[in-house]
Amino acid sequence: MTATDVRLQPKKKGLTRRRKRSLSRGVQYVVFVAAVIAFAVSADWGRLKNQFAQGSIAKQMFPDVITLALKNTVLYTLSGFVVGLALGMVIALMRLSSVGPYRWLAGVYIEIFRGLPALLIFIFIGVAVPLAFPGTEIVGGTYGKVALALGLVAAAYMAETIRAGIQAVPKGQMEAARSLGFSPARAMTSIIVPQAFRIILPPLTNELVLLFKDSSLVLFLGVTLEERELSKYGRDLASTTANSTPILVAGLCYLLVTIPLGFVVRRMEAKAQEAVK
Amino acid sequence: MSEQPAPAGPEIEVRGLRKSFGDNEVLRGIDLEIRQGEVVCVIGPSGSGKSTLLRCVNLLEEPTKGQVFVGGTELTDPDVDIDAVRRRIGMVFQQFNLFPHLTVTENLTLPQRRVLRRDKAAAAKVAAENLERVGLSEKADAYPASLSGGQQQRVAIARSLSMGPEVMLFDEPTSALDPELVGDVLAVMRVLADEGMTMMVVTHEMTFAREVADRVVFMDGGVIVEDGSPEQVIGAPRHERTRHFLARLLDPAMAQVEEETSDQVGGSG
Ligand SMILES: Nc1ncnc2c1ncn2[C@@H]1O[C@H](COP(=O)(O)OP(=O)(O)O)[C@@H](O)[C@H]1O
Ligand SMILES: [Mg+2]
Repeated sequence: MTATDVRLQPKKKGLTRRRKRSLSRGVQYVVFVAAVIAFAVSADWGRLKNQFAQGSIAKQMFPDVITLALKNTVLYTLSGFVVGLALGMVIALMRLSSVGPYRWLAGVYIEIFRGLPALLIFIFIGVAVPLAFPGTEIVGGTYGKVALALGLVAAAYMAETIRAGIQAVPKGQMEAARSLGFSPARAMTSIIVPQAFRIILPPLTNELVLLFKDSSLVLFLGVTLEERELSKYGRDLASTTANSTPILVAGLCYLLVTIPLGFVVRRMEAKAQEAVK
Repeated sequence: MSEQPAPAGPEIEVRGLRKSFGDNEVLRGIDLEIRQGEVVCVIGPSGSGKSTLLRCVNLLEEPTKGQVFVGGTELTDPDVDIDAVRRRIGMVFQQFNLFPHLTVTENLTLPQRRVLRRDKAAAAKVAAENLERVGLSEKADAYPASLSGGQQQRVAIARSLSMGPEVMLFDEPTSALDPELVGDVLAVMRVLADEGMTMMVVTHEMTFAREVADRVVFMDGGVIVEDGSPEQVIGAPRHERTRHFLARLLDPAMAQVEEETSDQVGGSG
């Protein structure tokens, strides 16, 4: 197409599209290289290495950083995900209900919990709930509190995702199910929802990644040594050793999980895209 | 519900049926009786209310006015268990509507198990029999997406039959198919008709209507214009509107136009 343009209008003044494009690319490379050089020159590599990459400190973190901290992070995330999924499912169905007050309640929930920082919810669960209901214990101790706090936040996002997934299932599916004698509820659970989940698997996995990072907010609940997850563990160790290497190691542990998950999401999205074609 | 009174009356009876979508009155008073074992083809221009009529017969659309009886049960009675009645009425859609996340066999067994509470073995047996009936036993483990349109429609028919219906409703079952695949589906329907199934078929396949139907009903503008034997309605129509419709259907150039407009209507709703 570019070639045709050039042939048709050889005398047009200024740059051809092809030359404009390569010029723009060239400029971008120059800026990039300049930035890298500026960073490399200005950073104090010796101090950075001292502060963030002390081999002996890193070694001292194993195996606890995996067997305790990463394990707890995963546990917190999964329990929050399960609570979020169950609650999100209920809220999504309420949002699609023919009963007005249900729709309204679900809408209010979604707006509130999407609008609040997760941090506030953690503080609320950690401080306000015990104050308001003295003597009550949230089942499961810290694990229960984290599952609840993460679940409350996740449910708001998941509800919207699940609702979109349910609405993306063609109308004919419900009609076919109803014409076979399925009740509306049974058609929903055995025909519509399973298809909806196939559609929303990528965004749900994304939500898992977000929860994985949000689990670091456990910090604000006050946890025992045994209950520490990656962020708290890294920070505690950083202050006892007066060195930031544990932060770097903890960070790498997060990436160990989030990068493969992100890869899986992109794979699923690409596959779904292909299926549409 | 399992104890049926002897079929003294018609298998399907529609009385004074009216249906409006907002201000748009789509059915303007339909009266229709279909005897047990009768095959009735419903023909008419696109937008005349054929699908709406069919969907009112199993209450996928709620009639605005009038009554619908199937096998002596009034579906329009607000106290009737509509799910129980629908089990006795099979429906086949233009777009097949197979469940894409299930294999062919699962498409046939899941409704039996969830709705009829049949055990696994019984459901599998019925499924296999009905797949055999539509000539698709070898596709038992395939997913719908891997089948041709004609095969999907035959699976959809087998799925309905697996519920043991007394009545089958077909809404343009071959309209979404490539011409070379139409014959297999019509052949299955022909056998079903010969076996004595009560059938209500919305179709543009005049050969099928002429050869298989006991009666042909011509609809236009939300009313039944003509109702009689195929020889009479297709062969010697009494009404100008019927003649006009048939002439356009038989003239290939006009039929093309008809099809395109009906595609647009189908696409939007
Ligand atoms: N769910 C609906 N909502 C609003 N209008 C509808 C709906 N279904 C059908 N209609 C309208 O009813 C009329 C008859 O439609 P339909 O019964 O599908 O006709 P046919 O099957 O004969 O082509 C059309 O004008 C169509 O737009
Ligand atoms: Mg139609």
